[in-house]
This record gives sequence, C-alpha cells and structure tokens, in this order.
Amino acid sequence: MTDTSVYTFGLDTFGDRNADASGTPLSHAQTIRNVVEEGVFAEQAGVDFFGIGEHHTDYFPMPAGDVVLAAIAARTSRIRLGSAVTVLSSDDPVRVFQRYSTLNAISSGRAEVILGRGSSIESFPLFGYDLADYEKLFDEKATLFAELLKGGPVTWEGKTRPALLNQDVVPHNESGPIPTWIGVGGNPESVIRAARLGFGLALAIIGGNPARFAPYSELFRRALEKFGRGPLPVLMHAPGHVAATDEQAKAEFWPRYRDIFTLVAAERGFANPTADRFEWESGPDGALFVGSPETVARKIATNLRALGATRFDLKYGMPGMTHDSLLTGIELYGREVIPRVRELLATEAAAV
Amino acid sequence: MKTRQWQGRYPDSQRGRLGILGAGHIGPVVARLALGAGYPVDIAASGDPEDIALITELIVPGARPRWASDAAADADIVVLAMPLHRFLDVDPGLLSGKLVVDAMNYWPASDGRLSVFQDPVSEDGAFEDGAGASSSEIVARRLAGSRVVKALNHIGYHELEDQARPAGAKDRKAAGVAGDDPDAVDAIARLVDQIGYDPARVGGLAAGRILQPGGPVFGVTLNLPEFKRVVQEHARSLT
Repeated sequence: MTDTSVYTFGLDTFGDRNADASGTPLSHAQTIRNVVEEGVFAEQAGVDFFGIGEHHTDYFPMPAGDVVLAAIAARTSRIRLGSAVTVLSSDDPVRVFQRYSTLNAISSGRAEVILGRGSSIESFPLFGYDLADYEKLFDEKATLFAELLKGGPVTWEGKTRPALLNQDVVPHNESGPIPTWIGVGGNPESVIRAARLGFGLALAIIGGNPARFAPYSELFRRALEKFGRGPLPVLMHAPGHVAATDEQAKAEFWPRYRDIFTLVAAERGFANPTADRFEWESGPDGALFVGSPETVARKIATNLRALGATRFDLKYGMPGMTHDSLLTGIELYGREVIPRVRELLATEAAAV
Repeated sequence: MKTRQWQGRYPDSQRGRLGILGAGHIGPVVARLALGAGYPVDIAASGDPEDIALITELIVPGARPRWASDAAADADIVVLAMPLHRFLDVDPGLLSGKLVVDAMNYWPASDGRLSVFQDPVSEDGAFEDGAGASSSEIVARRLAGSRVVKALNHIGYHELEDQARPAGAKDRKAAGVAGDDPDAVDAIARLVDQIGYDPARVGGLAAGRILQPGGPVFGVTLNLPEFKRVVQEHARSLT
C-alpha cells in the first residue's frame, strides 16, 4: 500500500442556521453553540481540519468564526482550525493576523487561514466598502497579510489602510507562519496571485464538473516555478452531506438546498434551483458530495486525483438541517468516508 | 505565431478573429469554446500580455495573449468579458467600427452598484420591468462607433462549457442574443451556434433585459422551446 498520509480531510461550515425536527429555526446563539459541538465532535470522528466561513446573514449567522474556533480549540488537541473563508477585502489584515495568531496560540499551532471573497457580499456595505473596489482591496490586503506572516517588524504602505513603519505586530507565532491559502472560485488570475504571494491554492467548487479545474492546479504549479517558489498544496472545497444511504442523504439535503438557493436566487436575481440539476450535481460528474459514505468517498478520491489536490474540505449541511443529522454526517465522514478515500487512493496509486 | 488548422462546416470568412477582453471568469471560457469552433482568438487582460502568458498557455491553449488595444484592433469580433466596472475604463475609440459582444452583467446584488448603470433602473438596483435602459443599451451609448450585441452573459461561466453541444444534439440548450443591428445579430447568432448553443433572438438591445440578472432566463439553461416559452410567459406577465 502507498503512503496516503499526505492527504488531509476537513469539514467547513458557514454557521448554517439549524432547525429542530419540526423545521422551526433555532436561534443564532443555539446554532453557534451547535457549531462548537460539531467542531469538537469532528475531532473525535477523526477529521483533520474544521473550517468556519465568514457570513453575515440570518441563515448564516457567522461573522466571528475565529471566536467560535477558539472555543473549539479549548476543547480539542489535534484537529486543525481555520477560516473558510475570511473575507479579507472588508477586514483589516492586521486584525486578521492578530486574531488568527491568537487562535494559533490557544491551539498550540493548529490555526490556518483561507483568504477569499466567499460567495457572500454582505460585509462590504456593513463595513463601508465598495464591491467595485474588491480586486484592489484584496490584492493590497493579501500582500500585506503575506508580509505580516513572515513575523518581525513590518514596513508597508498602501491605499487601503494606514501605513506601517517598522511595526511589531503581536502576538508572535512560535511555530512559523500560519498556513494560509487563497480561495479561488474560477478566476485564473486569482491562481496566479496565490502563487505570487506563496499561499496554498483552495479551489472552491460549488457547481459543474470539478475536474475542469485540473488546469488550474497545473497553472498554480507552473506559476510557483515562475515565481521561484517551492511546491505548495492544492485544496478542494465543495458542499455536501453524508448519510447512511444515497436516498437518505438526498432527502435530508435537497429540500434545504432548494430552500436556500431559492432565497439566494430571489436576492440576487437568478433562476431557482431544479431537482434535475441537483440530481446531476449529486451524480458522478457534479460538484455536490451528497450520498452514502461509499458514494461520497469514491467521488472525493476521483476528484483529488483529477485536481492533483492533497486536501478535501466538505462544506457540510445546509441551513434548516438539524444538529443531529449534521452530527451523523460528521461521524460518517470521519469514520467511514475518510478511511475509504485513503484506501481508494492507496489502491489507485499502487495499481499505477 | 501558431497557425490554426481547422476543418469546419463554414467557410473561413465566417470565422473572423475574436478579441476577448478579460481573462477572469468568463473570458477564458468563451475563448476555449471559440477556439474549439475554429475561431482564431486573442485574449487580453487590463495589463501586459506577459502577465497572462501562463494563463493563456494552460487555460486557453491556442489563444494569443495581447495588449487589449492590439486584441481589439485586430479583431473582427470583440467580446467584452471584463467586470462591468472595468469597462468604464475602456477607451471607446479602441472599439470604434467593431462588432462588439457585451457578455457583461450589471449585477448589483453580486458585484455592487455602479451609478452609470443605475440610470434609471429602480432604486434598489434590481431589474424592474418597464423601467430604465438595459445595461447593454448603456454600454452601447458609450460605444457609439460600435455595433453592440448582448450575448453569452446569462449562462453561468461554469456551465457555459459543460452544456455546450453540437448542432442537432438532443440536449442542446439555447443562448439569447439581442441587438439593434440585424447583420451584427446574425454574426453573433452564428458564433453562438458554432460554440454549442441554439441562438435565441430576443429582439433589440432594449429587450436584452430579458437576459439580465432578474430576467427570466438569467442563470438558467433551457432548450430553445423552453426558452421561447419562458420569454413569452414573461412578456405576457408584463401586459
């Protein structure tokens, strides 16, 4: 058997607001407490990473994921903890560095950061930023974040925040730079940026055939060479849900997926999701990882190989699902999906 | 420069050079589809072609990375595939006399507001029937010397490639085309057909709002009969 320890497997949440068994939404506060339990339980189930994506809505009430991650850190010892993603453009890179360095201290070096835009835009008006400035804000702030990660005093000047002159930014990290990634949703120019700044590449894939991103991994590898950097990892993030059978997983996931995408469609002005499209996305070529442990494991193994990725993060659940079904999904993911993916990858590698 | 070999069903004269302005989300997808259909393609970002040389080599093999001004000058068809706010920085003179495809969207809920395109759309920035100009009309106003056709904007960039099918395929989908110049619309309808979609002519640029965010076909892929039915139902709902 081939060594598959290079592969790691994570879970991501956006703080999807839970419901009880009758479908009544739980409070934001209860949802946040449930996310803490889910993160602690993920470690027990054998998951390598737990990520929280920044959102600012009623159905994703999760604006301060780092605080939640700190609570999980206090009750765990092995699982790595990070953002998925931090909306850097509407934040201050110095504060992001400080918050995640603090998390890194609490967790004894288990913090990670994924920088990106994410799919939500609420933070821009909330904090007084113009979405039209997105690119400029992200580029400048990501560059500063890369400087901060090096440790030591920082001298920096730009247009999006006050300059820093030989500034010691605390707390210092005791175990080197925090592993940092850039989340990319399909823009090749973002792949080049990740390579230029020396961050890992996190491919966020929420629709269509994930294998079409394979050239992005190659682009990343070649761009790293061009910038004189050593190899850096590729991560794949995709949504889904694991249950005992394909039928059960779809029955738990689809109505909630339909509801939330219908709501988002109305907010953003695009068409409602259809059952046909959902079936296709849940099938072997789509981007939804919804099904039994065997179905999901096979799909993960296929796509990790296609993308040359060494980490898979499942964005588990949807708003309106119950805490219990999420915990069951986490357990199946940790205890059955992850070992099965390792087995499949080892077998495939050995067969080559 | 690499010479492209292709054996299509159409004479060379119907496959003029495409100049695609934008190397982000939609630009490379349109470029690949057009290359596959036998069009020679130039692609440009906002700066030095050297910056997108790797992207071109690996993501759009067969295209030439160019300065935007060169790509536009040499193109028979220019495809606007940049974020809409970047379009405001484009010198209209570069596109003068050109056939221009507007594949951009004014999508405040996703990309934020732009006052130029707010005019005179409803206050919350959402598409409102009967109110204001379509975003492509506003684009066309700024490009007075160009013939502007709205197309390739309403199918998600990640689906545009997955759903492309050869003419006659049972599961072929439709893609909308809107424009005021019949010859220009014909040329772009042909492009749409050649890259894998049944062209659905929805009318002039004003009617292009059917294809915009909030319109009935934005973000959905339908076959031609479904597309026509949805557009008709939408028209009836307005009367």
